[in-house]
Order: sequence, then C-alpha cells, then structure tokens
Amino acid sequence: MTAIGWIQIILFCAIIVALAKPLGWYMTRVFNGERTFLSPVLRPVEAGLYWIGGVDEKREQHWLTYAVAMLLFHVGGFLIIYGLMRLQAVLPFNPQEQSAVAPDLSFNTAISFITNTNWQNYGGESTLSYLVQMLGLTHQNFLSAATGIALAVAMIRGFSRSSVRTIGNFWVDVTRCTLYVLLPICVVYTLFLVWQGMPQTLGAYVDATTLEGAKQSIAVGPVASQVAIKMLGTNGGGFFNANAAHPFENPTALSNFVQMLSIFAIGAALTNVFGRMVGDQRQGWAILAVMGVLFIAGVAVTYWAEAGGTTALSSLGLTGGNMEGKEVRFGIVASSLFAVVTTAASCGAVNAMHDSFTALGGMIPLINIQLGEIIIGGVGAGLYGMLLFVVLAIFVAGLMVGRTPEYAGKKIEAREVKMAMLAILLLPLMILGWTAVAVVYPPAVASMANAGPHGFSEVLYAFSSATGNNGSAFGGLTGNTFFYNLTLASSMFVGRFLMIIPAMALAGSLAAKKSIPPSAGTLPTTGGLFVGLVVGVILIIGGLTFFPALALGPIAEHLAGNANTLF
Amino acid sequence: MLREIRPAILILVLLTLITGLAYPLAMTAIAGMIFPKQAQGSLIEKDGKVIGSALIGQEFKDDKYFHGRPSATSGPDPADSTKTVSAPYNAANSSGSNLGPTSKALNDRIKEDVEKLKAENPSAAVPVDLVTTSGSGLDPDISPEAALFQLPRVARARNMPEDRVRALVTENTRDRFGGLLGEPRVNVLALNLALDAAGPK
Repeated sequence: MTAIGWIQIILFCAIIVALAKPLGWYMTRVFNGERTFLSPVLRPVEAGLYWIGGVDEKREQHWLTYAVAMLLFHVGGFLIIYGLMRLQAVLPFNPQEQSAVAPDLSFNTAISFITNTNWQNYGGESTLSYLVQMLGLTHQNFLSAATGIALAVAMIRGFSRSSVRTIGNFWVDVTRCTLYVLLPICVVYTLFLVWQGMPQTLGAYVDATTLEGAKQSIAVGPVASQVAIKMLGTNGGGFFNANAAHPFENPTALSNFVQMLSIFAIGAALTNVFGRMVGDQRQGWAILAVMGVLFIAGVAVTYWAEAGGTTALSSLGLTGGNMEGKEVRFGIVASSLFAVVTTAASCGAVNAMHDSFTALGGMIPLINIQLGEIIIGGVGAGLYGMLLFVVLAIFVAGLMVGRTPEYAGKKIEAREVKMAMLAILLLPLMILGWTAVAVVYPPAVASMANAGPHGFSEVLYAFSSATGNNGSAFGGLTGNTFFYNLTLASSMFVGRFLMIIPAMALAGSLAAKKSIPPSAGTLPTTGGLFVGLVVGVILIIGGLTFFPALALGPIAEHLAGNANTLF
Repeated sequence: MLREIRPAILILVLLTLITGLAYPLAMTAIAGMIFPKQAQGSLIEKDGKVIGSALIGQEFKDDKYFHGRPSATSGPDPADSTKTVSAPYNAANSSGSNLGPTSKALNDRIKEDVEKLKAENPSAAVPVDLVTTSGSGLDPDISPEAALFQLPRVARARNMPEDRVRALVTENTRDRFGGLLGEPRVNVLALNLALDAAGPK
C-alpha cells in the first residue's frame, strides 16, 4: 500500500460526500414534482408522455397498485429484450451479422437486465448486435435504474407521510427519474467518455494489420452511450466481454475514477433525499455514515490483500502485488477500489477480473454482495435495502430497552419487522440453496474453471451476485449452460422482485401510520450509537448467515495459499 | 389495476424509444462531430492502412519490438470452428485468464515466463506485469519498469545505442493523471512506432 494509493481513496470518498447534498437537493425537487432548471425543455415531453400513456399525474397509488404497475412495466421490458435477442439476425444495426441468441441465454439475459443485475452469460462483442445493445440493453439500463430509484422514493414517502393510503404514482416517478435525472447526466457523461477515448459508432468492427503483419479485428460500437447509464444506474453490464477492464470501455485512469464516482453518486445522494423528505438531513447523514464505515473497512482489506500479492508470486521473486487480471493503467489501488465500489453498490461492472484476486481480496466483494448491497447499494435498491436493516436494528434496540421502537417518527411494529425479515431472508435462501444444489450436481460442477476451494467460491459468487442483482462474476465459471441460465435467472428474479414486494408493503403500512413527535424515550437515530448499532446488526446477520460458506471458499483458499498449496 | 395496463404498454414503448434509440443515435451523431477520432476507436493509420488502435494492445513477438503483457484471449480454431484456441490480443473477444490465486495452471505459466525473462535479462528483477495477463487481454500498456527490462534486448536487435532507446522509452512514459490517478505507463504500440520512426542505426 502506498500513500498515493490512499490519497486516491480518500479523494474518492470526499467527492462522493460532497456530491450527495446538491444531487440530493435536485432529486428531492424532481420527486416532489417541483420545477427544475430543465423543466422548460423537458416538461412538454413529460406531459406528452402522460397524455399518450393515459396517466393522471395527480392520481396517486396504493402500495399494491404501485407494485403491480412496476411488475407490468417489467413484463413488457422482458418481452422487448427477449424478442430482440431472438430476432437480432433479421433486424437492422447488425454489421457483424450476429446470429439469433439461444432461448435459454436470451431468457437469462432478459431477466438479468430487467432486474438491474446485468449478469452476463454472453460476451457482448461476440454475441450481440448493436440494436440489442441499444434498444434492448441500454433502454433497460435506464428503466430498471429508474424503477429502483422510484421504489426507494416510494419507501421514503412511507416514512415521511402521515395517515395516508398512497405512496406516489409509479408512472410519474419513473418518467421523471428518467427524464430529469438519468438522461441529462448521461448526455454530458457520454461526451466525456468519448473524449477520453471510448468509441461511439455504428460502423462495423475495424480490420487492422498490426506492425508485425498480423490481422487484428477490433470490436467497436455505440459503447459510450451505454457505459454512461451502465455506471450511473449501477447496472454494470459491459458492452464488451471484459467490461470496464476493456480499454475501449475504460480508456484512462481519469475515466476510471469518474466511472467509480458515477456508480456511487445517485445512491449516496438518495440518503440525502431521505433526510430531506423526512425533515431532518441528519437522518440521511447517519445512514451514509453506516455505509461509509462498512465501505472503508472493505477497501482497506482488499487493497491490503491485492498489494501484498500471493505466496506463489513472492516465491518466484515477483513484487508489486497481484497483477493477474488487472490493467497497468489502473494498477493495484484503482482496481481494488473499483472492485469494492462495484460490489458495495449493486453495479457489477469490473475493471479487473475478480476471479484472479487474492483469496481475501476477492472475499470482500463477495461479502459486500451477501450483506445485501446496502453500502450505497444499487440506485434505490441500496437505500430501501438499508432501511430494512434499519428497521431491524431499531427493533433490536427496542427489545433491549423494552420500548416500542420508532424511526423517523413512525412506530415500528410487528408487521414492519415481519416484512423486513421476509425481504432479508430471501437472500440466503437463494444464495445458499442454489449453491448447495450446484456443488452436488455434476454438470454444474463441470462449469467450474478452478479446482479446490476457488471452484466453490466461483459458484458461491455466482449465486450471490445473481440474487443480489450485482452482476459481477468470478468469470471463470461457465455460466452459459442450461442449468446456470435457469437457476441464475430464478435467483435474479427472486432477489429483485420478491424483495421489492415486502419492501413496498412496509412502505404502505408506514404511510398509513400517524407520525409521532420524538419523546424522551425515543432512540436518537442521528448519532454514533445508532450508526454503531446498524453496522452491528448488518455484520451479525451477514456473519451468521454466510460465514460457514465463506470458510469453505475464500478462507480455506487463503490458508492453503499461505502454505503455497496449489490446486 | 386494469387501468395500469395502458401506461404499462405506452409509457414503456415511448421511454424505450427515447432511451434505447433516440439517445444512443443522437449521441453517436454528436460525438462523431465533436470527437470524430475517438468515436471511431482512436485508430492509427500508416500509409493509408489501419495498423491498430492507440488504445488496444497488439501482439509483439519480434526481438526488435517491445513486447506487451501476456494475453489470455482466445478465438475460434481455424481448423475446427467449434473449438477455441489461444489467440493473444484478439480484439473481438476480450477476456482475462480468470485463474485464481491458488491455481496450479497459473503458477506454472508464470514460472515458465519468469524463467524465460530471467534468461533474457539476468541483471534486473522481473516486473510482475510482464508475467501476468491483463483483465481484458488487450492491455495497451506496460509499466516503465517492464519497458526498461526489455531495453537491452531491443537495443541489441536494432543495433541502436541503449541511451537512444532509453530516451524513447522516457518520451513515451506517461505519468499518473494529475500526478495522482492511475499508474505510470508506457503505451507499447506508440513506443514501437517511435522506434520504427527513429530508424535502424
């Protein structure tokens, strides 16, 4: 570890904190339906959409209607992606003449993109036409992100409103989020990325003759427009197989730094939106502090592990850390930081191959996902995931002192705790359940690329990533098989939608409650005690649930590696 | 609930057309006007022919060129297209090795490369980036140490004084962005083009 490395990490954290407030202010205005500086241009478009779509923007929805609207919206999104992939061979914008994608892979990919996972069982440049990349994937990058943010805002309204039946209008929230937040940022961001060297063209792959006379076919495409929303919306699905490690998908150290910032920007700002909407910005800062503590701890471990390298490397006299699977322009620190950022948020883009990380360096991304991606988290999903843990932490605190727990002016009662538990328990069910099946089913075992504990880690990572809607991978695992296409798709679906429904039920039940002013018996939820309590609950639940599985994978591998045992 | 079906279709279709077609096509047009070179892939031409991209690494095996990092990319077997074979720097199929830290295959590969490099230049420590594959398999850069390590071989093969080659390496070394972000690096293709331009002396 070097001083210059830590300065990069600190600078990153400082910029995220600095961005949270202005972006939170702007997003609060957007979701409260107030005028913004973009209204003169965008308001006519917005009004036109409602008029054609038959949406009455004044009419709000019950939580159940809100959830049904969200589900219907995604049924349509699924059909669009699936249809485009199956038909790409006969559709335009296909200069490489990519053939139709197989049904199970199309199914997996469609589920993957509507759930904001962007797990990729295909290599982008070798499988997909430009039309699928744009109209199929880029569109769902926007809409699944907008959906996550809308759901988080609906949940915040549950806390901030008093004695009402409604939590907002799904169509209005999604439309406003897309038009006023995501699109304008992406337009500017895309141009920045192209300036840094990212291609943005509809032309065919370029045939080059190298200096030594060999032929090289160079894949290009409409990359920058997709990467912008892939990062900002914490989607993470790469245009190319190697994702953000590909020089065209992440040309410079500066593009890399900005990409990391854009993964965290909206998620961090949503904590501020929460604070503003419940009437006390300190509530938002407290949640951001919980996230910050867990984040810094993760970065420190991964950076330390990757900079230290492995016993196998040092016994060959190699120094300079573990560079396998990393790019020279990023080096150890920017690769380690990126890995922790992308898994803390549910982005899943990678600028280095997690499969080749050291055992402990790769364990942190795995833990980040297993904790439910609540450290900043996916846009929206991170905040409502974190609020579920907050509800639990408040409940535990209430049990300890024997009082009815309250949070942000709402009494937390049996129904809220049940809904929070339901949402939280779904994660281990899918992750551990499917991993257990996969390691005893021979065709699934055959997909492992590495032997020994690392092979187990590959499978555990796959189901963690799918269920957590992350999308990064220990990429050696051959995921494009019938078994993994279907089981991973089911994990992604459950991890997204069956978590959303209890979360929305919780929002609806909170909105119906009266707000009560804090009393002498209320636990302050803006101080260090509260932050410590939530961090503790997250680590205890995560630790109890996943420690045995981690012991079989990364921890066993770490111990074996220290003894220079190879598999 | 039934009243949600109309917006579920129409709002979806309209937002899909805006974000999936209007946005990327408009960005393609605008980016093509403002940054035409980057938008096409930062291609380098020599005598009217494309010889590569400034951002994409290519394979160098000749002693007179600086070599890039090992690459784990693969491609279809020319003899049997259902099989894949190793094809370093295949820019149409980016990929890392995905070998884990306790992989015997990885360790054997690194050991073999280290021994080869030690034989080539026994006087310097082997830089780690010269024996590890990159995440994309298309890394255009090597570390300055990795360039200096190869310097005696290149100078010998070209019959150029080492100082001259060293000056070219220094010229083509790029520092961290703003002195802070990323790592110092040497673009292998740019350096080799500069070598060719300097001519054999």
